[in-house]
Amino acid sequence: MRYILIIAATLFAASAQAEAPRDFLARFEKEAGAAASAERGARFFTTKQGGEWSCASCHTEKPMQAGRHAKTDKAITPLAPAANAERFTEAAKVDKWFRRNCNDTLNRLCSAQEKADVMAWLLALR
Amino acid sequence: MHSRFAPPLFALLTALALPVHADNYSVPKNHAFEEECASCHMAYPPQMLHADSWRAMMGNLSRHFGSDASLDEKRRTAITDFLVTQSGGRKTGDTRDARGTPLLRITETARFAKKHREIGAATWRRASIKSPANCTACHAQAAAGDYNERSIRIPK
Ligand code: HEC
Ligand code: HEC
Ligand code: HEC
Repeated sequence: MRYILIIAATLFAASAQAEAPRDFLARFEKEAGAAASAERGARFFTTKQGGEWSCASCHTEKPMQAGRHAKTDKAITPLAPAANAERFTEAAKVDKWFRRNCNDTLNRLCSAQEKADVMAWLLALR
Repeated sequence: MHSRFAPPLFALLTALALPVHADNYSVPKNHAFEEECASCHMAYPPQMLHADSWRAMMGNLSRHFGSDASLDEKRRTAITDFLVTQSGGRKTGDTRDARGTPLLRITETARFAKKHREIGAATWRRASIKSPANCTACHAQAAAGDYNERSIRIPK
């Protein structure tokens, strides 16, 4: 009985920390109050929105493959969860990079709807 | 007797002891620095800028060479402390401009210019190099702190 409690507690603690890519889709959809569209996400990701870069400038138009930083040329591992199990597993990291990369490409933060759309598209990639 | 021979002897011993370290800019281990400052580019050696330059850079991370590199306050302070502690020594030379303002780029320091004076403007602009800040394009072992002539290859 004691062991079961310990195991349950450990599992709970672990699940509170590590997150799965789908959790982010759910969270952004909830924040947006609307369903996500993978098609809209693809368009958002691959087109420039007034700035010098689009998301694809560094993550490529097919994020199942590795990218390169548009300015520094440093290699970037694939962004799609199906190609890279490390992606979208830590909320602090996901929030930090959405903040930075949206600022760099749009000169503003991304809306919850935009993030939900991008997530839906990335999750659909195989 | 002592005072006449001790300094040269000391210099000789230092020279014998140092070669391994002389041009070694390996980055001291620091988890936060590795995680936050090597994601967009290689980890630049803290030894290549003085403390004032690092402080100025770390004070404006949301406008970091045209990129948003902003951090939470806890990490920002921890990394600033690390950089300041490991910052340059005598060999680094001056890392301020003529007006005394701290330089933010290693590639704008006098020491960098001196070490790279044989490289022409057209070379820096090659597609395979892109920017002087792309040390690894020519110094294959830069990430390990090795900028030695033996491991240099300028890409076409
Ligand atoms: C100038 C280059 C660049 C651009 C443009 C860019 N990114 Fe990134 N992105 C990076 C780098 C570098 C990382 C962090 C390195 C890594 O994790 O491999 C990253 C990481 C991320 C992550 C972290 C995911 C995780 O859990 O590991 C997300 C999410 C992300 N980017 C989304 C976007 C979106 C959405 C856009 C467009 C609005 C975008 N990026 C545009 C360079 C870029
Ligand atoms: C979001 C991406 C990003 C992050 C994160 C980032 N940098 Fe940079 N950094 C850049 C870009 C872009 C440049 C300009 C590169 C160029 O000109 O080719 C740069 C340039 C530099 C340079 C100057 C290189 C030269 O020309 O001598 C230094 C030093 C530097 N960064 C240190 C840091 C430190 C320290 C951190 C961690 C606190 C950090 N960077 C985090 C994007 C980033
Ligand atoms: C275009 C290629 C190229 C790039 C990019 C480049 N270097 Fe160099 N670097 C060289 C060459 C060539 C030399 C050797 C010059 C000589 O000995 O005449 C050199 C020499 C050096 C030396 C002196 C090594 C010694 O043994 O004396 C240091 C230190 C150094 N580079 C650091 C850097 C750093 C730091 C960067 C990035 C911020 C960088 N370099 C970017 C080509 C490059």
